[in-house]
Amino acid sequence: MFAKLALKSLLNRKGSVFLTVIAMSVSVFALLAVDHIRSQTKDSFHSTVSGIDLIVGARTGSLNLLLYSVFRIGNPTNNIDWSTYKSVAANPKVAWAIPMSLGDSHRGYRVVGTTQDYFEHFSFGKKQTLDFDTGRPFAEVFDVVLGSEVAKKLNYTLGTNIVLAHGLGKTSFSLHDDNPFTVVGILKPSGTPVDQSLQVSLHGMEAIHNPRQPATKLMEQPLSAGQSTQVLFEPEKITAFMLGLNSRLATFNVQREINTYSREPLSAILPGVALSELWQMMSVLENTLRLISGLILVAALLGLTAMMLASVRERQREIYLLRVIGAPPIFLFLLVELEAIWVSGISILIGAAGLSLSLMIAQDFLAANYGLHIDANIFSQGTLHYALLVMGATAFAAAIPALAVYRSAKIS
Amino acid sequence: MTIELKDVVFSYPETPDKSVLNIQSWAVSSHQRVFVHGPSGGGKSTLLNVLSGIIRPVAGELTMLSQRLDQMTNRQLDRFRANHIGYIFQQFNLIPYLNAVDNIRLANQFSKTIPQAELHANIIDLLTTFGLDETDRDRPTEKLSIGQQQRIAIARALINKPEILIADEPTSSLDKTNRDVFMSELHAMVSETKTTLLFVSHDLSLSDSFDRVDSLADINTAERAH
Repeated sequence: MFAKLALKSLLNRKGSVFLTVIAMSVSVFALLAVDHIRSQTKDSFHSTVSGIDLIVGARTGSLNLLLYSVFRIGNPTNNIDWSTYKSVAANPKVAWAIPMSLGDSHRGYRVVGTTQDYFEHFSFGKKQTLDFDTGRPFAEVFDVVLGSEVAKKLNYTLGTNIVLAHGLGKTSFSLHDDNPFTVVGILKPSGTPVDQSLQVSLHGMEAIHNPRQPATKLMEQPLSAGQSTQVLFEPEKITAFMLGLNSRLATFNVQREINTYSREPLSAILPGVALSELWQMMSVLENTLRLISGLILVAALLGLTAMMLASVRERQREIYLLRVIGAPPIFLFLLVELEAIWVSGISILIGAAGLSLSLMIAQDFLAANYGLHIDANIFSQGTLHYALLVMGATAFAAAIPALAVYRSAKIS
Repeated sequence: MTIELKDVVFSYPETPDKSVLNIQSWAVSSHQRVFVHGPSGGGKSTLLNVLSGIIRPVAGELTMLSQRLDQMTNRQLDRFRANHIGYIFQQFNLIPYLNAVDNIRLANQFSKTIPQAELHANIIDLLTTFGLDETDRDRPTEKLSIGQQQRIAIARALINKPEILIADEPTSSLDKTNRDVFMSELHAMVSETKTTLLFVSHDLSLSDSFDRVDSLADINTAERAH
């Protein structure tokens, strides 16, 4: 009866309650969105660099190197000589190395020139390697392996011929249309930027950038027995490479060796440390966003308090009637509190459902444009904590009108 | 005696020197139907608020059903009111957005004199007695006529089987036909349940069927002093 009375009382004031619920829902949406996107971004970034001990690129800042090599955000400052890569990869402390050549794209999706080691050693999440949904790794010069999102969005299947473009824009005037690639494999979704990439061999990358003559013509040249066409396109430069070491203990040693490499200025970074630097930088923004969403919640709660206070003045007769039939002042206090909790509960449901729906709609956009894989399922322990926080803050804010009722009941 | 007042004084905290109520001695016996009349502003509502324990007298002894209300705690007063007193107002007797059944159920919420299992049946019996259609029972009471609302108010006031029923100008918003129906139903119900009735009104034409008629001017000396 108590809950029913509170709910019916709110329904009797639909107009003002509706506006308050909308204001509260927006604040809950903002609060949950900031927290969910923050935690999902962190998880997504952390899971992308699982199992990589060092990332090496031309001399640059650690964040820039991390962002362009792993997350495909930003651009490299310079290239590295292929001989340098071979020299570092030959270090006995190095277990595996994955070279990467970046700079080309296909309809807005980045192309990664690499070797088969990429499919063997690159891992994400909890040390999961890349799996093929269909097809196989590239073997020939003009083979391409697609990330799951690329295949899905562009509706490509095995055997589709595609043309890569120079540069990273969605529209390019420099197409490598004399050297089309054939789709030979499509990867399973990984929730990492790999899903948004096209993987070709370093030889393929070199072939389309060969300034002398079209690669297809070059491939018509006679080769000696057992020689692959790939030997014609030995890479000269790469953008960066990832290293896995035999022992974690050697990490700093190898890092120092690379950073002091005399033949070329290089930067070797520990992805975990670089990520921590990134989060440290981001924490200012994070806190600002939290503060803003907190302030939105405070504004909404003040609106709720004002609405409840106004309703208390309108309901003096109702309060008196309840007193006459025996309602103690504490009942009236709790009735106002319960009404506020109803408003808050409904707002949390609407805010959470709205956020889930928005993420469902924006998921592809965020993944395609920002490489952010945000799960639409927002329900976690964190969400529950925020829901309880909002409920608690509501109960606190509603204490003002509830006390006003309590006092007026006592006085009467 | 069901109600007994001795040297009861009440004044509002803002004007402590100006008493609104000053009753040296006044009593009502069990099962008596008493009609109290007086002009507007004569302290009728203050007297009823004191009797129902909504406000406390600043001095004097107030005894109801052999219990000293002036010595009770606030919580005890709330419980006493819920268990022993039924109240009918001139208007706004009901929560407008609740239906008749829920309004009556709410009155039982604070008394619990009737077991939950029997409550619904008792409510329906009472509403049937007061001639409320089944279709009207589920409608918010604000959608019902004033006559229907006042009949539901009697049912609400009587659901906990109170020993005392206080009616504060309950017919002033009714037309003559509805007023007559209301009065006859009220008397019938009070006689049947043997409830002590304290009926306050400025309309002396309603006093016919009462056991006793008192003028507030005779009871309240504070009013005389004005």
